[in-house]
Amino acid sequence: MTQPVIEVVDVVRHLGKGAGQVQALKGVSLSLAGGQLTLLMGPSGSGKTTLLSVLGCMLTPTEGTVRVLGHSTAGARPGELAKLRREHIGFIFQSYRLFPTLTAIDNVRLALDVRGERGGSAIARAKAALLIVGLSHKENAFPNELSGGEQQRVAIARAIVGNPSAILADEPTGALDSENGFAVMTILAQVAKDPSRGVLVVTHDPRILPFADRIIHIEDGHILTDACLKGADPVVPRRASLALQASYAK
Amino acid sequence: MSLIIKLASRNLLQDRLRFVATIIGIVFSIVLVMIQMGLFLSFERMVTTMIDHAQADLWIVPFGTKCFEDPSLLDERDRAQALAVPGVADVIPVVIGFTEWTVPSGGTTPVFIIGSTASAAGLHPWNFVKGNLGALSVAHAVAIDQTYFGRLGVTRIGDSTEIREQKAEVAAITNGIRSFTTTPYVFTSLDRAQAYMATSSNKVSYFLVHVAPNTDIGEVRQRLLANLSKVEVLTPDEFRRRSRAFWLFGTGAGAALFAGALLGAIVGTVIVAQTLYSSTKDHLSEFATLRAIGSSSMYIHKVIICQALLSAVVGFSLAAGIGLIIVKSTAETALPILMTPGLTLGLFLLTILMCVVSAVSAIVQVLRIDPALAFKQ
Repeated sequence: MTQPVIEVVDVVRHLGKGAGQVQALKGVSLSLAGGQLTLLMGPSGSGKTTLLSVLGCMLTPTEGTVRVLGHSTAGARPGELAKLRREHIGFIFQSYRLFPTLTAIDNVRLALDVRGERGGSAIARAKAALLIVGLSHKENAFPNELSGGEQQRVAIARAIVGNPSAILADEPTGALDSENGFAVMTILAQVAKDPSRGVLVVTHDPRILPFADRIIHIEDGHILTDACLKGADPVVPRRASLALQASYAK
Repeated sequence: MSLIIKLASRNLLQDRLRFVATIIGIVFSIVLVMIQMGLFLSFERMVTTMIDHAQADLWIVPFGTKCFEDPSLLDERDRAQALAVPGVADVIPVVIGFTEWTVPSGGTTPVFIIGSTASAAGLHPWNFVKGNLGALSVAHAVAIDQTYFGRLGVTRIGDSTEIREQKAEVAAITNGIRSFTTTPYVFTSLDRAQAYMATSSNKVSYFLVHVAPNTDIGEVRQRLLANLSKVEVLTPDEFRRRSRAFWLFGTGAGAALFAGALLGAIVGTVIVAQTLYSSTKDHLSEFATLRAIGSSSMYIHKVIICQALLSAVVGFSLAAGIGLIIVKSTAETALPILMTPGLTLGLFLLTILMCVVSAVSAIVQVLRIDPALAFKQ
């Protein structure tokens, strides 16, 4: 069996202090495998973003273990966690988080620049990443000159340019229309085909269920269901979608 | 090239009004410091002008003399005793002091008389624009600086007036021999100076000692001290230091200039800190994104410090330009503002330091950013 790219075991995470403290994650375990596009779904306040932050080494768990490529992050200092993020994890945010003063190619290069990769090779890699997301003709455009879908594709290029082992996406289609959302998920599904890379997408958007290889449903800090759909009948995602929608309705 | 400079410069220029405010703050601060320090240097140089231009290996001064302008007196008999000391080649008497110049059009104005034997290597005027040193050997001859034509009411060679009711005739005119006290210098012969100040002919202010070639100045000094009483024997450097200490720190003038410079630096630091802080606050989500994608704290610090340094370079360049204009426009005034290469370098380093210190508050703010903030909309 291949090693998970990121794994959390019995993770508990408290948020807030004193009387306002809540337990956002209540003993969550999951492993993110390479070659899979995993959807993490759940209602607001279910712990999705907290789990994403823990998987992305932005938050340390109150209890439990996080492993990135088999290495535990226990006791790691903020600088060491930052190193893990820049070397092994790519992030995609709902509101793109592009730098408005930098061009598309510079936004992509930034992910390499923070790793100390500069010069011609960094530019070539950034151009290659933009080519993958179909934006090589807009490398000198600033974010305000790009549509929402194009901005999210630049964000994907930034996430993949460093060839990370995991890509964590927070509602990547949340601000996009159907057409652009489809385009973005198509790219992410393509990226997830690399067996050395796992992609986790947090979403509320049932339209993207057909892209999933695996769907995890989290609620109230617990994982309720964890369904692996790879190789399954294409009907299954639709069934899962209906089940989840029914769950939200409750 | 790293994106740090690009990111920093664009962060700065994104809000141009704030950038302009930052630059104005730096320019204001540095120009203020420059004026204060330029005045300090100018003052420091002017208080030793006479010592710098006197031809002396050693100065014999009345005991307790605080500065060149201190009007105490020595006895002429000391000269003979000094001349008797082995290693002393010559001893030139100099008389200085304040007296009254009668303005031909009416009234009087104080002047500072400097008298020295014209034939000897003593303390004489320089930068002649009309006349020469030889002209001072004529009876009643005086040399004045053209800066003070208005104050003295004379404008050319041959103009005459009275000093303490005794005739004085302009025989030479100099340029740029200005006094920081704003009292005009008037050069004349030793005996005329004594007469103009009503000083006894056996009293002088200083003796300028010329040491014989290949003689140890320190040894001569010790011998002079052993042979003379109620005097001090100073090297020119010691006399300069003493004069500077008196005028710059004994009077509080230097402290006031330093306090002004310090105030300028503080004001500049606060203005830059405030604008950098608010700029960082405006770009908080971008810094959170940088943290989220794994940039090190050092990378983010570099972006902020780079913003500070870019502000410093632009601000200093403008301040230096304004400084040059100020230096040129004050060059012919009683107290010109000086810009030396050392002061320019010092101001540049101060600007850098000021801006980097200003970045601290912004850096502290960025250190507190939660990278997970990037997940929030």
